[in-house]
Amino acid sequence: MELLERFAAGDVDAFESLFRQYQGEVFGWIMRIVRNRATAEELALEAFWRMYRARASFDVARGNCGGWLRRIATNVALDHVRRVRPEVELAEDPPDDAKPDLVQQSEVRSAILGAINQLSPRIRTVVVLALIEEEPYENIAQGLGISVNAVKVRVFRGVRSLRKELTRLGVHA
Amino acid sequence: MTEREMDELKKLLKGAVPPVGGTELRRDLWPEMRRRLEERTVRVRVPWWDWALLAGASLLLLLFPRVIPALLYHL
Repeated sequence: MELLERFAAGDVDAFESLFRQYQGEVFGWIMRIVRNRATAEELALEAFWRMYRARASFDVARGNCGGWLRRIATNVALDHVRRVRPEVELAEDPPDDAKPDLVQQSEVRSAILGAINQLSPRIRTVVVLALIEEEPYENIAQGLGISVNAVKVRVFRGVRSLRKELTRLGVHA
Repeated sequence: MTEREMDELKKLLKGAVPPVGGTELRRDLWPEMRRRLEERTVRVRVPWWDWALLAGASLLLLLFPRVIPALLYHL
């Protein structure tokens, strides 16, 4: 019996194999959304727990375990963003080359943060993933369970809102 | 919006909210997952007195079958 079939049948050893195979990928994806290492670890465990509970509904014939898991991970992260983390956080270890002089000014920085945080969680998540993390649209679409065109629409709406808000705040993009 | 404007917006956003660095996992999460699996797996244990009650009720129904219609009526 193949690994995915054994997992769907409730074999814990098969689940462990899948867990070890995907834990890094799931953690990294959630980390890009919630931007906090401890939270991302916790949510990755929750995502795998949901995966394990839903094993009976997994379509072994299609076999796309990675895509299925990414959707679960995205839902877990979005639930968290909606519930307890209404605002985008700064990265824990920002790379040095990502600090242009312009945004050293705290007023500009807080204006930009304010503009991002006024977006709805679902638009904000897509904007952060697409424009800041530069994730391919295909990955975002797969994670959210929507089409690439729907991702483009959300990016467009996000950019439009951001530009409007930044202009109102006197920051010109 | 032109590509150049989009690049400028990206640069501005990244300046305020830098991309998360180091998204690699630094520890194996399996031991924690294993612990949670064991904790959350509900083990249904029927206490001995429930078995005793079931045995008693079955014995009662065997010895006094006329009780069954009355019991069904009350259910």
